[in-house]
Amino acid sequence: MTRIDSLEPDVGTAGGARKPSLLSRLPIVHQLRQSVGLQRGMLVAGLVITALFILTAIFAPVIAPYGYSQLRGDDGVFGAQQAPGGSHLLGTTVGGYDVLSRVIWGSQTALFVIVVAVLLSIFAGVFLGLVSGYFGGWLDRVLVVVCDAVYAFPSLLLAIVMSIVISGGKSNLVGGVLAAAISITVVFIPQYFRVIRAETVRIKAEAYVESARVLGASNFRIMSRHVLRNATRTLPLIFTLNSSEAILTLAGLGFLGFGIEPTAAAEWGYDLNKSLSDVTSGIWWTSLFPGLAIVLVVMGITLVGESLNDLADPRLRGRRAVGASSGLVAETSVVPGGTLDAGPGGLAGLENLPTLPLDDSEAPR
Amino acid sequence: MTTVISTPTTPGAISATKKKPSGGGGIGRYLLVRFLLIFPTIFILVSMVFWLMRTTGDPITAALGGRLGPDQLAERIHAAGYDRPILIQYVEYLGQIFTGNFGTTLSTNRPVSEVLLTYGAATAELAFYSLLVAFIVGIPLGMVAAYWRDKSPDAFLRIFAILCYATPVFFAGLLFKLVFAVWLKVLPVAGRASTGSELQMQVLPNKTGFYTIDALQTGNSAVLVDVLSHAVLPALALGLLTAGVFLRLVRTNVIGTLGTDYVDAARSRGVSEFRLVRKHAYRPALIPIITVIGLQIALLLGGAVLTETTFEWKGLGFMLSEFLKARDFVAVQGIVALLAVIVALSNFIVDVIAALIDPRVRY
Repeated sequence: MTRIDSLEPDVGTAGGARKPSLLSRLPIVHQLRQSVGLQRGMLVAGLVITALFILTAIFAPVIAPYGYSQLRGDDGVFGAQQAPGGSHLLGTTVGGYDVLSRVIWGSQTALFVIVVAVLLSIFAGVFLGLVSGYFGGWLDRVLVVVCDAVYAFPSLLLAIVMSIVISGGKSNLVGGVLAAAISITVVFIPQYFRVIRAETVRIKAEAYVESARVLGASNFRIMSRHVLRNATRTLPLIFTLNSSEAILTLAGLGFLGFGIEPTAAAEWGYDLNKSLSDVTSGIWWTSLFPGLAIVLVVMGITLVGESLNDLADPRLRGRRAVGASSGLVAETSVVPGGTLDAGPGGLAGLENLPTLPLDDSEAPR
Repeated sequence: MTTVISTPTTPGAISATKKKPSGGGGIGRYLLVRFLLIFPTIFILVSMVFWLMRTTGDPITAALGGRLGPDQLAERIHAAGYDRPILIQYVEYLGQIFTGNFGTTLSTNRPVSEVLLTYGAATAELAFYSLLVAFIVGIPLGMVAAYWRDKSPDAFLRIFAILCYATPVFFAGLLFKLVFAVWLKVLPVAGRASTGSELQMQVLPNKTGFYTIDALQTGNSAVLVDVLSHAVLPALALGLLTAGVFLRLVRTNVIGTLGTDYVDAARSRGVSEFRLVRKHAYRPALIPIITVIGLQIALLLGGAVLTETTFEWKGLGFMLSEFLKARDFVAVQGIVALLAVIVALSNFIVDVIAALIDPRVRY
């Protein structure tokens, strides 16, 4: 990894002449071009599954044969625990709902919760991390200790406590989805906080921040224009990883009875909870399909996240497509997952690249 | 995601780095600082849970509201002291926690500490077996994947690891139940032991609550087999989740150390490939592995709640979900507080082990 190589994508921003096309600089597209072999296979598989999931969620009303809370069709009541086949491809649940429809509608709930949870935690985490890292002092120390304490705590338990607080454990559609999303948010904030704070502390010491300050730029301007823009490069990675955890947490909450009522929305964890007693009597379809849906979606998103992570980590990247550079490698070590800075033989010592201004256009002249 | 975002800085690590290494410091000093940092962690978590739970109102209304008239409710609230200023209650609560008094459950009217003692053993037993599964499956497979990196074993194992992570423990549990207990009928469906074995263990003079130990005490091999066969499926469900994490962790770190010069040097001296991976690459990779394993205790406890509910394994997690159903928030708060203490302690122990192994950690 030479220094020239690693700086390539950012150099072009100011000049414009050597600027790579916008398409190839988009996060996923860039990594896709950079990957090769097995790595690319995993990334593509993940992307396909994720795309399928999102499409299913969006077009659920069209795809699903019945509504998520529909109990009777044209020829009367569905009946409970009907075996797969006939008008119910995947059978019906103990509550008399169509399994296939609930699985399809469930993707909508899952997507909604992911979007709300991740957006909320990005905003809160980025804001706190930025303020904490930039200003430092006692606020920084308190926030670090609090976030570390929260981070160490079992996330599911925290989500349980939060959902008690928000909805008292009972939920309708909006309340239930919001409660789940906010519960998950609280669990995620420390992760964004850590990453952004670490980046901010590092960027704060850069020459261009200092020069901005000399020129009399306000703290707000420095934070928003100089620090924030350069601190967000690891966010897509955490975003993907958190999305998969959000689904698992939502399903866990649903399984423990904090889910969304079946009349309000379809939720996979809730359906699995209701199928608990079916399993003992050999009824497999009520649990298998919602469970498989969770596994598939989480796997798809995790494949994408893993691939992004590996591509960003020089020790794991292995071969790369010729000519496709990987961005600034030194920065990836800020992801707490990069074992870079901790491992013996970690890159901290070996590849101590001097950090240069990342984006020339932002540096005051 | 705790799995890939690994190597966390524990509160200790962060604060310890801030301290100037005045004259080396030494391990005693490091351990002392690290030990003292347990208390703020516990304090923060317990306070957070207290304030969050209290914003919903008092626990008595939550548990009994609707079932009792307003007068009776007010009476109960007054008797329990929940109508006093919240700050006083908070300070009192902290004092109680400090003396090990976690309150009295509303639904069963037992001291929470007694519940914790009774059911804690079951959770500890489950966690022990799960960790065993995770170690046995995760670590060797991680080394295999690292050695044959980017080859077919690696591809297969990485998919396996992602699958382990992507499968919710309760779904894995349901599948295991379906296949091994319902269809093949080789293992029991749920519970920690059959009624017969439990009766035999009930009469023991000094029960430990750890069924494996109790079964050994009875001296009856049938009881032991019964207890162990009940533990197989829950331990597998929870253990495989953690095994996936371990696998990836070991793989990542061993890949890092396999590329170092001293491994090349050892190879050129004719050290066998097996020994290279097992000793030269794996040993130095242990520090980050141990650190993250410490974090997995949190994952394990969270997973235990779900696993225990799936298998009706009567431990803390099972009780927690029962108390949640009963809206008994005093008990929930107690269990959560205890788990906070366990997490803080286990992180401390992990840091100590890491410091003992690697002098660089001591700062």
